[in-house]
Amino acid sequence: MRKLALNDEILLKIEKPARYIGGEVNSVMKDPEKVDIRFAMCFPDVYEIGMSHLGIQILYDMFNRREDVWCERVYSPWIDLDKIMREMHIPLFALESQSPVKDFDFLGITIQYEMCYTNILQVLELSQIPLFSARRGEEDPIVIGGGPCAYNPEPLADFFDLFYIGEGETVYDQLLDAYKENKKNGGSRKNYLEKAAEIEGIYVPSFYDVTYKEDGTIASFSPNNSHAKEKIQKQVIMDVTHTYYPEAPVVPFIKVTQDRIVLEVQRGCIRGCRFCQAGMLYRPTRERDVRVLKQYAYQMLKNTGHEEISLGSLSSSDYSGLKELVTFLIEEFKGKGINISLPSLRIDAFSLDVMEKVQDVRKSSLTFAPEAGSQRMRNVINKGLTEDDIIYGAGQAFEGGWNKVKLYFMLGLPTETEEDMKAIAELSDKVARRYYEIPKENRNGKCQITASSSFFIPKPFTPFQWEPMFTNTEYIARAAIVKHAFQEQLNRKSLRYNWHDAEVTVLEGVFARGDRRISAALLKAYRLGCLYDSWSDYFDFDKWQEAFRSTGLSIEFYNLRARSLDEILPWDFIDSGVTKQFLIRELKRAKNAQVTQNCRRQCSGCGAAKWGGGVCFESKN
Amino acid sequence: MKARIKFRKYGVMKFIGHLDVMRFFQKAMRRADIPIAFTGGYSPHMIMSFAQPLGVGITSDGEYLDIELTEKITSEKAVARLNQVTVEGIDIVSFLEIPEDKKASGMTVTAAADYQVFLLKSMESSDDRLAIPEKWQAHIPAFLSEKQMIVWKKTKKSEKEVDILPMIYEMRAEADSIYMLLAAGSEQNLKPDLVMEAFLRYMKEEERPFHYHRLDIRTKTENGSFLPLSDMGKEIL
Repeated sequence: MRKLALNDEILLKIEKPARYIGGEVNSVMKDPEKVDIRFAMCFPDVYEIGMSHLGIQILYDMFNRREDVWCERVYSPWIDLDKIMREMHIPLFALESQSPVKDFDFLGITIQYEMCYTNILQVLELSQIPLFSARRGEEDPIVIGGGPCAYNPEPLADFFDLFYIGEGETVYDQLLDAYKENKKNGGSRKNYLEKAAEIEGIYVPSFYDVTYKEDGTIASFSPNNSHAKEKIQKQVIMDVTHTYYPEAPVVPFIKVTQDRIVLEVQRGCIRGCRFCQAGMLYRPTRERDVRVLKQYAYQMLKNTGHEEISLGSLSSSDYSGLKELVTFLIEEFKGKGINISLPSLRIDAFSLDVMEKVQDVRKSSLTFAPEAGSQRMRNVINKGLTEDDIIYGAGQAFEGGWNKVKLYFMLGLPTETEEDMKAIAELSDKVARRYYEIPKENRNGKCQITASSSFFIPKPFTPFQWEPMFTNTEYIARAAIVKHAFQEQLNRKSLRYNWHDAEVTVLEGVFARGDRRISAALLKAYRLGCLYDSWSDYFDFDKWQEAFRSTGLSIEFYNLRARSLDEILPWDFIDSGVTKQFLIRELKRAKNAQVTQNCRRQCSGCGAAKWGGGVCFESKN
Repeated sequence: MKARIKFRKYGVMKFIGHLDVMRFFQKAMRRADIPIAFTGGYSPHMIMSFAQPLGVGITSDGEYLDIELTEKITSEKAVARLNQVTVEGIDIVSFLEIPEDKKASGMTVTAAADYQVFLLKSMESSDDRLAIPEKWQAHIPAFLSEKQMIVWKKTKKSEKEVDILPMIYEMRAEADSIYMLLAAGSEQNLKPDLVMEAFLRYMKEEERPFHYHRLDIRTKTENGSFLPLSDMGKEIL
């Protein structure tokens, strides 16, 4: 029987001990004596969040298919256990073997959002691995980062030995083979990092020097080691059909955030919304063969016993096999008590018809993401959704019996005026008006329109990467304008408005576009007790402000400054495939409120065609 | 057709709470392709009910759930299939046909449960066990022959004083543990930790760390004996 890292007394005292015991269905056990490489794969948040992430399941499956590798999982211990582990000096352990992470060859950390950065430090510290890569010795694991935030890894540069830029399916084998080879030859940690630096897509931050101008912007960014590349090429797996997919994902004992099977139907998005980092990073859009997805659906349901299946993609409606796949799922599985959940669907006749079949109309709500209230603003961000589309879609839904609608917006977008802000309330009201056009006897009581806004954060590799943000006060003022506008609407009693926290936005902004220097503030905040910053109960902005003050770093420098187009940005050393010329072109079109067509309608020459596949070549096949 | 599944819960699975064990079985039914029946409506759910919840930390050799089948499956096949898709810490012991009658459901017929109580060196591990002190062995008969033994019993809704002695059907010291047969079910229910608490207090001893292990869940027959719930079922051939 497996021996657990935590004793019974601890496990019976903490919340949800199932987070820490491993042993779930489909978790992979191997003999540590029979593998060459032990890889600890970490999602730096609590188990229920980390277990809901598809990317880790893909990599876990991919690594464990290799006989010479045992990949195990690690998550952030929750606050209660964190405290106990510190008091009792218990080293952080991997779930499968329950052995300490510090004894592994690799610690891989997926970096999905900025507000998990203090949790990364927690994982390192509880693992008893030196926080700074420069202080790690031959016995310490190689700490490698990946995921969307690795596209600007600079705020974390000091804490990681390597970053993997791009999709994991391509060069991990090379990276692991190089490690084995180096170990066999008795090579040092540094020898390995040099070998790794020569692999496409691998960035070794310690092999680069950054100098700064007097105004604080970057003066130079250059390799200090002959093995390091000038530019790091983002990794893309072009054939998403014939690649790894976890046909037997791990099934948690406790309820996790995404307690279901996810079929990733495609990667990338053809839409080109200018605020959306994922839409730029995952270019070109690549579809997975619908026949293969059907096979996966059978196999995964059989292997997990899950009762829900969902589609994964940035915009499922753009998947060309959608109709075929959804019809198949309903016909095949609906009768067997399997729920089918369809996120990110555009509202049209087909999707409404489908949704009527898979959910209880009276209970469910429909979601639209206009992102901005006015048409002008939507053109600026290239959200190709018109007011007519929204009102027509909502109308169709209302006629079909729905009476709850959720609307998602952003505030603080570039060029935003007071009219644009108020338009959020006006658009919401128009949706409600459409509902009350239905004769009273045909409608289902009052409607409930819930509008939510988040504050826009400019992200690297988007056309808005040079744009300034606003102060905390300004964000709240903008939300207040919207709130007041809501109170003036005809159907205000059917409308609800709420907005996302402004303080978190400010910090997320700093880390999204920060450079190496802000790692000092991150470490300071962590030392002051910041942890689980993405959990509103634990987020403590005062401590963060204190961290910036005491390290002499300015939030304003990172957030409030408009960057000039010729400034060296911290992430410029990464080639994401999307060219800077394209981003600049898009920024200019944005400022003129000019819409750019989606990739299927017309190629806008973003640069992603260089990979020779995906949507860029669809019509040419 | 209705079937009763008997399973063991041990090892690390003792940390999995009742609701999560239910979820585990729902998914296991699908993995094992057991022809289980569903309720109707927009969100159908499996027709499945557990005889008695088991507290976190407690292990068991006799847990039960009843399910409804849409078609026949042999006991042998069902047990084999379920054991193939289970995890370390949950073993399927039997899969038996039970009467259709609602009065035969595990929840309804449960009348008692028996336990082994182990004295531990510390709460750190349930495997480091101590022998039951001789003094305790001597005190059990006296404890049981008291007029009454009032304890505070906390339920989800209220807290009240109850006399636990009528709910202790048997209690005796064995070489390495204390055996007890206690009332269980919807009418009256007594947990073994309450008994040990009262017993220690009776002996004027301090709190000690224990591990509780359920042996079986039992029903009461007409002649007054307590039989395991699995005795009500018959092999599906």
